[in-house]
Amino acid sequence: MNYPSWGFYPQPSLQDYLDLPLRTALFPTSSKSVLPRGLGRSYGDTCLNEEGLLLGSGRLHHLIAFDPKNGVLTCESGLSFDEILKFIVPKGWFLPVTPGTKFITVGGAIANDIHGKNHHTSGNFGHHVLALELMRSNGDRIECSRNQNSDLFYATIGGLGLTGFITWAQFRLAPLASSWIQQEQIQFNSLEEFFELSASSEGKNEFVVSWVDCVHPKKDLRGILIRGNQSSPVESDNLIPHRGSSLKTIPGFFPDWCLNSFSIRIFNELYYRKNLTSHKTNKIHYDPFYYPLDSIHHWNKIYGRRGFLQYQFVVPYKHDNGKALHEIFELIRSSQMGSFLAVLKTFGSIPSEGLLSFPREGVTLALDFPNYGPALLQVLNDCDQIVQRAQGAVYPAKDARMSKESFACFFPKADEFKRFVDPQFSSSFWRRVR
Amino acid sequence: MKTILIIGATSAIAQDVAKIYALQKCHFILWGRNTEMLRIIGQDLTVRGAASISSIAHDLNDLSVHETQVHAIWEQYQKIDVVLLAHGVLGDPRKAEVNQQEFLHLIQSNFISHASLLTFIVQKMTRQKEGTIVILSSVAGERGKQSNYVYGSAKAATTVFTDGLRNRINGSGVEVITVKLGPVDTPMTRDHKKSLLFGKSPAVAQGIIEAINKKKNIVYLPFFWRYIMWIIRSIPESVFKRLSL
Repeated sequence: MNYPSWGFYPQPSLQDYLDLPLRTALFPTSSKSVLPRGLGRSYGDTCLNEEGLLLGSGRLHHLIAFDPKNGVLTCESGLSFDEILKFIVPKGWFLPVTPGTKFITVGGAIANDIHGKNHHTSGNFGHHVLALELMRSNGDRIECSRNQNSDLFYATIGGLGLTGFITWAQFRLAPLASSWIQQEQIQFNSLEEFFELSASSEGKNEFVVSWVDCVHPKKDLRGILIRGNQSSPVESDNLIPHRGSSLKTIPGFFPDWCLNSFSIRIFNELYYRKNLTSHKTNKIHYDPFYYPLDSIHHWNKIYGRRGFLQYQFVVPYKHDNGKALHEIFELIRSSQMGSFLAVLKTFGSIPSEGLLSFPREGVTLALDFPNYGPALLQVLNDCDQIVQRAQGAVYPAKDARMSKESFACFFPKADEFKRFVDPQFSSSFWRRVR
Repeated sequence: MKTILIIGATSAIAQDVAKIYALQKCHFILWGRNTEMLRIIGQDLTVRGAASISSIAHDLNDLSVHETQVHAIWEQYQKIDVVLLAHGVLGDPRKAEVNQQEFLHLIQSNFISHASLLTFIVQKMTRQKEGTIVILSSVAGERGKQSNYVYGSAKAATTVFTDGLRNRINGSGVEVITVKLGPVDTPMTRDHKKSLLFGKSPAVAQGIIEAINKKKNIVYLPFFWRYIMWIIRSIPESVFKRLSL
């Protein structure tokens, strides 16, 4: 077991792993650097600690308290969103913010200050965290909130696990009237159309996200915007949680050649055409709505042993109609390196609280590329330059390659953040960008 | 509301079984070694809906307390609906081949402690004339193989013991269920390479609950191990002894 990241790139060679046996256990004695590890769903190297120790939260999956009246949950940091939903959905509550997979832990959600399809209405996960406990390498346990040790609290939200080990957290839930979502899918055929559609959707829809085809040779961008709201309650099957894990699993790595620019183009063409009509409305359970890829376990293996890279950035767009976004699309298209799935979304104006939080007002695009090697790294470096000029940022949770200079530019509060890093904590990512 | 006695309550599968019963607002008696872990699990089950929790923190390999402890439980509760024996260790199979202490530890933790507890539990259960006793055994007890035959032989003994028990108390109103587990993805098997044959603990727990509800005698979990073991048992010994399973 070498505890890779979700993208299998970079490949770690030597990492120790230890599960913290109890949330009240002593900090393990080790001379190595320590990095907390949840379910390892970060794509790049923020969840890797080459030659160090990964301190796992796999045994910290217990509930501590639940306030059913106000929807406040207190639980251990290793509890997954999957488990939380099974508990809270029947009680009429939902996660305040969720990413595209439910196989992440509460600790990971805080450390990456994750965002979801409802950023314009609800901000990041960190906005909903009320309190947490940090275990530091000197054995101290520090309870942090907006009123208590607040500077450490804001460093830990989005702090990539570097400020200490989160043992438990308390956070607010969102009320849920129905586990069904009324969704609309609308095709768009240019970036301008996307921006218009986004702006008009955000007022009336809790969730907005788009898929874009960035391998189509036509000059204008095309895609499908998906928007939705909680369905109004019906008599029966109102608060049904998702079912247990499916048997569908990718049994092993696909050969590297399976995903190439040709197969990716075919996939995107089919995806664009799947709806047949340009506007489609239907009712869908929250599980396939939020977590479409969770139904196939280990989908990350379809990229083969070489692994894959994600690239997610955010850039402001209101003053220049998304010029930077245009440039990056053009760069990707001309590089002929196709992205299998590209997700486009606007972030609202709610300012992030964490010193290293990624979300900020603008438009964000997430791309994934089979690991094409140095040529891809070059293209992504060029993209970084465009993002820098536009004063945007690249998402560390998905990064495996940004330079020190880019990191400093994307995260101007990094110097302030350094003061809160636990002296024994580090990660492969941190050593790379520090 | 049912009362559930869980022995080896800190094991991953036991915790998942308890989570399901907590939704039914059951009373719990949790027996395990680690006081702090029992407290954390008790808190979790309370949040999930458990009606009450009492904990017994005592090493299950200390046979001297089994009789008094079991007696004390029935003094307090009179009737227990489900008893789950879920404790056990994989140990270090290589060490157990050469080291008497490790060998005895494996036999004690996987068989003797179970048999000793059952000796007293069965007397209480047959007196109340209803209820279910569930024992987690293993497919490793079906045929000895080089990789873990010490563990396997302890589990084989547990299986035979429970088979005999079921036979003896048949008609008493008490059910005895032997669960033959395949490998399950839990902290106990963290260092093992996972294959598609590994069960998931929540699914195994669901299977245990179904077995209790349906009054099964012997169940394999995940189910396909019944067929795998049928094949493994039917390999002639002259061939089997050369395999490295």
